[in-house]
Amino acid sequence: MRLPRIHLPVHLTLVTALLVGAGACASTDTGSDTESVTTESVVTVQDPWVKATEEDMTAVFGTLVNTGDHEVTVTGASSPVAPVVEIHEVVMSGGAMAMQEKADGITIPAGGSHLLEPGGDHLMLMELTQPIHPGDEVSITLTFADGTTLEFQAVAKPFAGGEETYHPHEGEH
Amino acid sequence: MSGSRVSRRQLLTGGVAAVVGGVTGGAAVAAVGRSDPPAPPPTEVGKAVVPFYGPHQAGVATEPQAYASFVAFTLADGIDQEAVIRMLRLLTDDAARLTQGEPALADTEPELAVDPARLTVTFGFGPGFFDAAGVPERRPASVADLPAFPSIDRLQPQWCGGDLLLQICADDPITVAHAQRMLIKDARPFGTVRWVQQGFRNSPGVKKPGQTQRNLMGQLDGTTNPVPGTPEFDAAVWVNDGPPWLRHSTTLVLRRIRMELETWDQLGRWEKEMVVGRRLDTGAPLTGTAEHDAPDFDATDDHGLPVISHASHLRRAHVADPRMQILRRPYNYDGPTDPAGRPDSGLIFASYQADVARQFLPVQHRLAELDLLNEWTTPIGSAVFAIPPGCEEGGWIGEQLFR
Repeated sequence: MRLPRIHLPVHLTLVTALLVGAGACASTDTGSDTESVTTESVVTVQDPWVKATEEDMTAVFGTLVNTGDHEVTVTGASSPVAPVVEIHEVVMSGGAMAMQEKADGITIPAGGSHLLEPGGDHLMLMELTQPIHPGDEVSITLTFADGTTLEFQAVAKPFAGGEETYHPHEGEH
Repeated sequence: MSGSRVSRRQLLTGGVAAVVGGVTGGAAVAAVGRSDPPAPPPTEVGKAVVPFYGPHQAGVATEPQAYASFVAFTLADGIDQEAVIRMLRLLTDDAARLTQGEPALADTEPELAVDPARLTVTFGFGPGFFDAAGVPERRPASVADLPAFPSIDRLQPQWCGGDLLLQICADDPITVAHAQRMLIKDARPFGTVRWVQQGFRNSPGVKKPGQTQRNLMGQLDGTTNPVPGTPEFDAAVWVNDGPPWLRHSTTLVLRRIRMELETWDQLGRWEKEMVVGRRLDTGAPLTGTAEHDAPDFDATDDHGLPVISHASHLRRAHVADPRMQILRRPYNYDGPTDPAGRPDSGLIFASYQADVARQFLPVQHRLAELDLLNEWTTPIGSAVFAIPPGCEEGGWIGEQLFR
């Protein structure tokens, strides 16, 4: 029943991750630990949250952290509450912020992290089958390029921002 | 303002000071540097952290912080147990992070979270909370609106009641403002803000910790408080047995008490001391010399009259049994004056006790019946909350109610 907690600022997390990565390298003779370490075991999602909504779309945010010594790529995601989940990026288009699918997925460097944030990259839950109420926990599963997966829970927060990325073509905002 | 007057003032004050400063400035600075006590590190106050998790909630036994905001909510119609639990988990997570100097999840101003300055967020459950949460039978019996005290009360609805209370305290007002903003954003899907009461005490470093503060009437306020860490405090403030949702809990009576400073000003110093039964300067009882001297209620003056009046606040509020005391953790408020300059000042009187009916009400009844101070103090707000137990890391405030 606990919400995910961040214990370190992101920049410290990054440093820690780099140190862990360096340590892993030093402790293996061949550096071929990818054979024994799967992608989902070296990636964590810190402070995941999802914007609460009564609409049929919403976005998931958090920090993807790769503690391994090889880069990993998130190629897709899924959720029981949304039949369609896309990886999105926000770009400047015609002087306005617009979102589009991030075709190549998200690559997290070895020992690095990648921020999913309002106004930036995020996971888009589409065609939601139910409202996401504040305080709900939503299950998300990431799929990596090697076919492995990672499930995590994102807590739903009331949040005003990021709204312009929801209906970029409808002119509602 | 004439030119000659300005020049005269410059001559008498700034001008002379400038000349002296110009001649001896270097030496003066050096002398100040030697004689002043070393200043505390500038970030010491800002980085101080009060643990969030534990058997009791923080913000009760915690040495009072300088600033407080008490925010009461009215839960919306249709909020049921499932929604209450979602709300409590969200707010607990916010409080757990912010009090440790970490941004809340989805914090739009994370830079405002880095100086917790002993931030505490204390949850209170009003009478209506237990109904909304679907556990009306678990409401402590004395967590209910106080009885009316028509001889003293002039209650205004905008300062009364509330289903949920968030007591936000810190030694920095920006920290309080940020925490309040973040918590309200996460609470408002579940209800509306009923009232906000903001108050202050001395700034950090002005008084030694544990030193009694003065209220805006100039009185030392809180002299006979139980002392945290003593058996007397534990007996008076905490519920120490019973079911899990009561054990380690307490209750809060929050009274907004307006001070009638305009008429208080009309009293002489001796009269003010008679009203309270204590000296204004030392806070000592009129029969003693030091603040914490025990009052001698039997002492009489040359005319055979009691030194401490029968109607004085000290005598009427006195509680002999330490286990029956209340913990007073008040904050001053000082709103804008009216156009005539008349103040809107008073006390956010926060009283914590294991049992409202056993400890608070007897004193309140006595004071309503007779207390000279009533002439210059007017209760304009009143609310009662259960302060539930704390929680462990991974848990959430209020969880014991639902097991």
